[in-house]
Amino acid sequence: MPRNDNKRFVERDRNWHPPAYAPGYKTTVARSPSQAYVSMQAPSVSELGGPDFTRLRMGPHDNDLLLNFRADNEAQSGLPIGERVIVFGRVIDQFGKPVPNTLVEMWQANAGGRYRHKKDGYLAPLDPNFGGVGRCLSDDEGWYRFRTVKPGPYPWPNDINSWRPAHIHVSVMGPSISTRLITQMYFEGDPLIPLCPIVHTLRDPEAVETMTGRLDMARSRSMDCLAYRFDLVIRGEVQTYFENQG
Amino acid sequence: MQQPNSQPCAATMLRETASQTAGPYVHIGLALDIAGLPPREEEIWNRLASPEADGEAIELVGRVIDGNGDLVRDALLEAWQADAHGNYQCEFDLQAPFNSFGRTATTVENDGEWCFHTIKPGQVARRDGRLMAPHVTLAVFARGINIQLHTRLYFEDEAEANAACPVLNAVESPTRRQTLIATREEGEGKPRYRFDIRLQGEGETVFFDF
Repeated sequence: MPRNDNKRFVERDRNWHPPAYAPGYKTTVARSPSQAYVSMQAPSVSELGGPDFTRLRMGPHDNDLLLNFRADNEAQSGLPIGERVIVFGRVIDQFGKPVPNTLVEMWQANAGGRYRHKKDGYLAPLDPNFGGVGRCLSDDEGWYRFRTVKPGPYPWPNDINSWRPAHIHVSVMGPSISTRLITQMYFEGDPLIPLCPIVHTLRDPEAVETMTGRLDMARSRSMDCLAYRFDLVIRGEVQTYFENQG
Repeated sequence: MQQPNSQPCAATMLRETASQTAGPYVHIGLALDIAGLPPREEEIWNRLASPEADGEAIELVGRVIDGNGDLVRDALLEAWQADAHGNYQCEFDLQAPFNSFGRTATTVENDGEWCFHTIKPGQVARRDGRLMAPHVTLAVFARGINIQLHTRLYFEDEAEANAACPVLNAVESPTRRQTLIATREEGEGKPRYRFDIRLQGEGETVFFDF
């Protein structure tokens, strides 16, 4: 067994991430701890290790949302409705080092802003050819890619008239449970971004920029689909050189 | 065009991508069955151990409770634990008898009770050689949780190991330490440990930063 406890990760900056209590996003009010977190001064293999998903068996279309939920009914089977997009990027750590073979998972609403979920009862219809879930492993250089349709914005009960900007939920594991991160990718230029109470849980406008996918015309395909680049930066692994405290 | 966080912010370091809540529809992405979606070839779920796994088969169950005392019925939990010998099985492989990683969820249908089928973990040593009591690391994601909360589940019937555990002892308040101890019940054929996670207020669970 390789030991995982001779490494360290850059401390997570909790002022950069959204605070637990962010009353503009009302659901945080009763779901945020009020006591201080206990800082783990000497993280062990229980924090520094994490699962490696290289052997997880995936289907051929797990990262292709245009194809991975086609209707069974032949007559209806086709492509989902909406703007065809490639969402791609690189998983790197805070030192710019690529993170290969790590699990990237994503989920989203359809082009009308409706989720395929028992609990979503929004007026916009389900799309018989769209599920809204994808996953893949980053390649040897940390690149990941999905093909999907651009999700629609949708209203939600927070303020009287709150709308979520178009977004894709993105989950990444990285080399350790310490690097685990779930975020949302927004689309560059969306006027709903600065109006969103969930975006506003972040205090630093620069932090919002880290969640913005950028239109990348070079990677788009003519007569086919646009491309958005979204790099995922996870906690950096620090080399430890001085083991002995004496 | 590059995002600002792919340019160095300090001399040598980039900023982490910011966290956002996993939201109410997290199941579509990470718990397909609960969203009502068909399974893919392999899914990551709550059975960490098969009957062939070494060690004592157990169930871990619990609820997630908010600051009003109400059940959180849309939480997703991730577990990370050692095997019966105190080793982490990092290579996730559903053909293997035991995996160190799993997921579960609280829903309206299961009355807000999550569950893991696993084995009791062995003791794990820190780098300084001190043994930690058997424990399971849990991460909680949900609507209204902006970044996952980390806690540890310990076992009530490991009193001696718990008393010596350097991580439990790092929790200054002995009262709060108790929030990390799962209580033992006799389940169907195997022991069941109950661990309620209180997000806020009276009896608030200890959450860790690491």
